[in-house]
Amino acid sequence: MKVLVAVKRVVDAYVKVRVKSDHSGVELANAKMAINPFCEIAVEEAIRLKEQGKAEEVIAVSIGTSASQEQIRTALALGADRGILVETDQEAQPLSVARILKAIVEKEGIDLVILGKQSIDTDNNQVGQMLGALTNMPQGTFACKAEPGDGTITVTREIDGGEQTVALKLPAIVTTDLRLNEPRYASLPNIMKAKKKPIDTVTPDALGVSMESRIRTLSVEPPPQRSAGIKVGSVDELIDKLKNEAKVI
Amino acid sequence: MIRDQEILDQLVAIVERFVRERLIPAEDEVAETNRVPEDIVAEMKELGLFGMTIPEQYGGLGLTMEEEVHVAMALGHTSPAFRSILGTNNGIGSAAVVFDGSDAQKQRFLPRYASGEWVGCFCLTEPDVGSDAAALKTTARREGDHYILNGTKRYITNGPVADTFNVMARTNPEIRGARGISAFIVEKGTPGISLGAIDKKMGQAGSLTCDVIFEDCPVPAVNLIGEEGEGFITAMKVLDRGRLHISAVSVGVADRLIGDALSYALNRQQFGKAIAEHQLIQAMLADSRTEAYAARCMVLETARARDRGDNVSTESSACKLFATEMVGRVADRAVQIHGGAGYVSDYAVERFYRDVRLFRLYEGTSQIQQLIIARNMIRDAS
Ligand SMILES: Cc1cc2nc3c(=O)[nH]c(=O)nc-3n(C[C@H](O)[C@H](O)[C@H](O)COP(=O)(O)OP(=O)(O)OC[C@H]3O[C@@H](n4cnc5c(N)ncnc54)[C@H](O)[C@@H]3O)c2cc1C
Repeated sequence: MKVLVAVKRVVDAYVKVRVKSDHSGVELANAKMAINPFCEIAVEEAIRLKEQGKAEEVIAVSIGTSASQEQIRTALALGADRGILVETDQEAQPLSVARILKAIVEKEGIDLVILGKQSIDTDNNQVGQMLGALTNMPQGTFACKAEPGDGTITVTREIDGGEQTVALKLPAIVTTDLRLNEPRYASLPNIMKAKKKPIDTVTPDALGVSMESRIRTLSVEPPPQRSAGIKVGSVDELIDKLKNEAKVI
Repeated sequence: MIRDQEILDQLVAIVERFVRERLIPAEDEVAETNRVPEDIVAEMKELGLFGMTIPEQYGGLGLTMEEEVHVAMALGHTSPAFRSILGTNNGIGSAAVVFDGSDAQKQRFLPRYASGEWVGCFCLTEPDVGSDAAALKTTARREGDHYILNGTKRYITNGPVADTFNVMARTNPEIRGARGISAFIVEKGTPGISLGAIDKKMGQAGSLTCDVIFEDCPVPAVNLIGEEGEGFITAMKVLDRGRLHISAVSVGVADRLIGDALSYALNRQQFGKAIAEHQLIQAMLADSRTEAYAARCMVLETARARDRGDNVSTESSACKLFATEMVGRVADRAVQIHGGAGYVSDYAVERFYRDVRLFRLYEGTSQIQQLIIARNMIRDAS
């Protein structure tokens, strides 16, 4: 089985981001960047399949500027076999990403695509589903468990109010939820060895995909500041405020 | 020298993350139990943290000095006890074999240090011999193809958990000074080694020290490191590298303390505003930040010079003197900024205040660094 995982370069989850003064986006200059945590779970799942002898090769792909190589290297340090950088300076919007992944799936003959359910920068939660629609591959989204069988994969999904188990025929798409696994730390020796693993660089053009954007960001605003609470003197005052100020009762 | 910036960035990032996610949450437990939990030690081994300075051909990472100080600063962001567990394998416990060991010694010991299978320690200090280490009294008497060791070593970091002891002992009783001293690598289980009770220390709970006592302990002659009479030179080389490492850790701890103090100052309100808005608090924050930055620059510059092959004896001592005294002042201000909260153990600064006190004492006290610096100055002037 050949597994493709996608890894996105996003701002580190521990960095407090600020909205740019012109409201065109968030300030990322000099911000610490990292692999999207959901993508990391995808990488971990793929490596476990390889360790169990169920996957022969794990390919990590990232779409973005040359800096995204860092995240591919992280995936290689964790145990992926080789990397593909789809290099572009343009914003990678979900549909373009899904199209690029489709091109790679077809080119590489991928049996299983494991993706994060969303990336923590824009939280779109779209690529896996779009890729499913474009390729007609079955999808198991929000996976908390994935068990490959003979030409199939059984995926337990986190859904509102419980879990749902689906059996998918390979080739298939799995998107990861938080509880799928706990990613390991890349060991320091493996980080050094990852440098020797190959990363191919291609352009979206070469894959026949246009990066043309269909979505325009009009303005980015910080979440409203929480204003300080107040102390009420009595139950009557509380009821009065809930009724007349908050208007919730 | 940084061989590959991208690799180093990744190494440092993973260490920072491990510190944040695994070590910082365990700090209180380590302080209370005086032990680093087994599972954390196992994770540190898996990560490869025990072999950072061991050459690559022996299973380590072979970090350059500049790379090592970057990692050491990252490790400095948590209790020094964690760093201490792996500190001897990366430093004073292994360096003698790395620098002056025979091929056979390197083959036997270095891969085991790198994996963390064995823990090494460094035995120089004795009950009557500290700063004046060249006066050490432990003896090693040649008998056939063994040396018979007798003597007591004091305050030995990781002694209670060590698998090997790098012991400096006098092979020539005729020579009283440095030239009579040889270095040995002694394996646990050799007859005649016993350990004293674990020392009760002011700080750094979780990092264990004890006396190591040798009584007619027969050490195979092949375990002599380098030549007879060269052990003190080996020991000084070991400490020379260690000084930069301790300096880097001091910078890392200072950054942590400044971070803790700043976030406390931003949240604590007095006189109707955050105490960070009071200028006298700002002065403390600014002084700490400035001094930590100065120490960082010194450490990085000296590490680069050492990687270039320069003799950095004076500069390493200057780094240790300044960085360890600096972190003492930074810890003191961090407690001051916390007010009464800085004196109770709910806040980490109380613990760090005690932890950092050690940095000014071991691997050469501040006074000894001053002596080295001044002696080098006088020597160079004449
Ligand atoms: C927690 C801990 C861990 C340690 N780990 C190790 C270890 O792993 N291996 C090891 O070998 N040792 C270890 N040591 C020992 C440490 O290196 C010594 O304690 C240190 O070198 C100082 O020696 P001393 O304690 O004998 O102090 P002394 O040498 O007795 O010094 C006492 C005071 O006199 C000052 N002084 C001494 N000589 C002079 C002088 N010529 N001029 C001016 N002032 C002077 C000193 O600066 C100090 O202030 C450890 C110590 C501690 C506390």
